[in-house]
Amino acid sequence: MTATGKYLRIALGVVVIAALIIVPMNFNRYGLFILSQWAVMTIAAMGLNLTLGYAGQVSLAQGAFVGIGAYAAAIMTTQGLPLVAALGVAIVLCFAIGWILGYPALRVQHHYLAFVTLAFSTLAFLVFRNEDWLTKGIYGISNIPRPNVLGFATNRPLPFYYFCLGSLALVSLAMWWLIRSPWGRAFVALRENPVRALSLGIDTRRYTLMAFAIGSALGGVAGTLYAPLTQYIDPVPFNLSLSLDLLMMVIVGGSGFFFGPFLGAMIAVLLPEWLRFTQGYYLMLYAVAVMLLLIYSPTGILGSLDRYLAERRTKAASALRAVAKSRLETAP
Amino acid sequence: MSNLLDLLVAGLATGAIYALVAVGFMLLWQTSQTINFAQGEFVMLPAFLMLAVMHAGAPFWLAIILGILLSLLLLGLGFKLLLVDPMLRHGVLPLAIATMALAIGMKEAVKQFFSAEASPFPSIVPAGDVSILGRVVSLQSLGVLALAIAVVIGLTALLNRTSVGHQMQATAQNPTVARIIGVPVERMILLTFLINAFLVALASLLITPIYLAKFSSGEILGQAAFIAAIVGGFNQVRGAIAGGLLIGVVDNLSAAYVSTQYRAAVPLILLIVIILFRPQGLLGRPEERTV
Repeated sequence: MTATGKYLRIALGVVVIAALIIVPMNFNRYGLFILSQWAVMTIAAMGLNLTLGYAGQVSLAQGAFVGIGAYAAAIMTTQGLPLVAALGVAIVLCFAIGWILGYPALRVQHHYLAFVTLAFSTLAFLVFRNEDWLTKGIYGISNIPRPNVLGFATNRPLPFYYFCLGSLALVSLAMWWLIRSPWGRAFVALRENPVRALSLGIDTRRYTLMAFAIGSALGGVAGTLYAPLTQYIDPVPFNLSLSLDLLMMVIVGGSGFFFGPFLGAMIAVLLPEWLRFTQGYYLMLYAVAVMLLLIYSPTGILGSLDRYLAERRTKAASALRAVAKSRLETAP
Repeated sequence: MSNLLDLLVAGLATGAIYALVAVGFMLLWQTSQTINFAQGEFVMLPAFLMLAVMHAGAPFWLAIILGILLSLLLLGLGFKLLLVDPMLRHGVLPLAIATMALAIGMKEAVKQFFSAEASPFPSIVPAGDVSILGRVVSLQSLGVLALAIAVVIGLTALLNRTSVGHQMQATAQNPTVARIIGVPVERMILLTFLINAFLVALASLLITPIYLAKFSSGEILGQAAFIAAIVGGFNQVRGAIAGGLLIGVVDNLSAAYVSTQYRAAVPLILLIVIILFRPQGLLGRPEERTV
């Protein structure tokens, strides 16, 4: 990467972050709700990206982990406990459940984690729906309070959006650090060449398990933000289709790319809203768009972009080589 | 004990339908590594195609024939040419995700163009009861069971006794070698897609009179078929059949004896237990091909 390219990237990042802070200031309540939802879903998708894109395992339970986080937040904050406590509980709970689920599944490799998590996803939904004493069943939990952050109340939509955006920034930084840590490098090694990783002395099974458990815990983090965002939760949003949606976000954005979940969540959350003017057709058009996108770029948007840039770089390099060669030949 | 027989027969009947769907699901996986997350919606759609033909004024028998033909065209040929073929070479996962999007699209299309409400659907088996060994059993359950068993026997015979069946099995086990020994692999893969389309159309015809035609009815069905395929064994036709029957019976019995709230949990717990202790499924062989 050349120096100008690096500055270009930093400039782009600054512009995007500034836009995310400034542009929504005039948005109405609904627009801010959708943007906050984008931030929350991005966190959940980042967790899944760790499981799928870095450790190469398919999890069909990310939606259930979001649900566990959301119920932890809803139950605890309506009892008057602070959101931070709920966050801690959600992280520990999701991490532990992820570990317990993954342990037997990864014993047999391949697609079995997908099957186990599929079953868990539906089981979790049944517990949300049926255990009235804990989750209030199909009536759901209402009047979930929004937290005070550093003395600022986040009851109004705009402060709460900034709270979600700030959380997203923190999670992104943590993720950025994780991927560059020895652990993260081990995750990448797992994905690129598991046999070689194993022969280099990496305990592949433990690292895969770790990636899945951390990814699940991030689902819980997203859930603790989801509950105060909607201020009312019932079991319906946390069924299997949320897990499938999150998986779609990761793949469409580009699995294994750091910014893949950001783009994927943008498409999954914002595209249906932009298509709403077509009324009853909007989800149909959304489905067709996703299929076309996947046919055109099966490695996701960032995967295609990456390939395009790599091709252009090789072309530029070979052009340079050709020039150098012709100079060499024409030189006396 | 009084209604155990009824529950068993009803369970076997639903299980036989699950088995049809699971066999199709498994055939697609075997011959072309397609994990079809829209399989449940594939069962939902043919009923609506038949209803649409009937609304146009055609009699029921004509609607069945046209419905099956349309399914072969859309869910067999169309699905393969438009979605699977362009995506197959990019691996299992993008295609699986694309079928999820397809499932959303199909549900929404039916909701928009047909109805969001459940529609009644005529049964091909006359209503009524018969008595067997002094017990009254619903004729519909028996008819469904008989028809599904006939189809399964026919399919097994096709796969094991005919030349085409052997060629399909060769394609599933090792496409490269199959191609070398002269099996028209492409045609065999297309044939599996057509067989799958036929199976889901038939399942649709059998199950819709029981559960009504609704745009969302595929969700539960698809999951049941998926679980049946895993429980029975992902690489054996008879595994998928056994898995389907087992899930149907377990589902019905647990609704009666465990609790209606957690009936859906019992097959899932069964699934987890199977994965822990016999990951290749009840009748499956350990996987030879790494995925």
